[in-house]
Amino acid sequence: MPVDQSLVGRVFPPTPRLEVTEDRVREFVAATGGEYAGGPAPATFPIVLAFDAMNAFLEAEAIELHRIVHGAQDFSYERPVLPGDVLSATLTVASLRQIGGNDIIGTTSEIADATGAVVCRTSATLVHRGADA
Amino acid sequence: MSLETRTFIITRDDLVRYAQASGDHNPIHQDEAVALSVGLPGVIAHGMYTMALAARAVGDWFPGAEVVSLGCKFTNPVVVPVEGGVELEVAGEVKGAEGDLTTVALTVTSGGQKVLGMPKAVVRA
Repeated sequence: MPVDQSLVGRVFPPTPRLEVTEDRVREFVAATGGEYAGGPAPATFPIVLAFDAMNAFLEAEAIELHRIVHGAQDFSYERPVLPGDVLSATLTVASLRQIGGNDIIGTTSEIADATGAVVCRTSATLVHRGADA
Repeated sequence: MSLETRTFIITRDDLVRYAQASGDHNPIHQDEAVALSVGLPGVIAHGMYTMALAARAVGDWFPGAEVVSLGCKFTNPVVVPVEGGVELEVAGEVKGAEGDLTTVALTVTSGGQKVLGMPKAVVRA
């Protein structure tokens, strides 16, 4: 079933706050083959929050995760993510088009710290593969 | 200016670890049957895992530099076999510098095929 066009422009509620601990960063660094020696989190770490926001969006719209393939991802940072940050992501559905039985969903997520200051903005293109794809 | 190409190996175990650390438990990165059922050629690496490796290369090239922006398209899936792993090559070229910002164009390939579209990073070095 195609994704509902009226979703464009919808802003989803902020994700539950994530406390960025050194252990959390260490786990992420280790999972990407590196060794954490303290300091800022890796550049792609904010995907943890963006993904949380995306999951809530997919769940709310009854879109099955296994039909989603990642099309594109862009990050722009106001500052690096640091241990001690308490972050939350707010997702907006930016665009939606149908191509060959697939939905191409554009989202943007704003990741803010406990003071409300934006740390990172990230946009994602999600390809929702239709049942016939 | 060309930067030294970095090579990484991606295994199924890496994908399990990455799923845990990132929260992306999409079964297309774990389960062959599910991947095939949605028309993929097999279990594929998380796009964000590939991007994380590209970011590691950038970190190696510019130690301690702050990343200002990072982005790419996921143009071809990286199929990860059950046994052994698949090689990922990350090449980079400095495209320009303005003030304290350096733009790096990346070329990320697996099996000789580009897997990321226009991967680019801007760092404050």
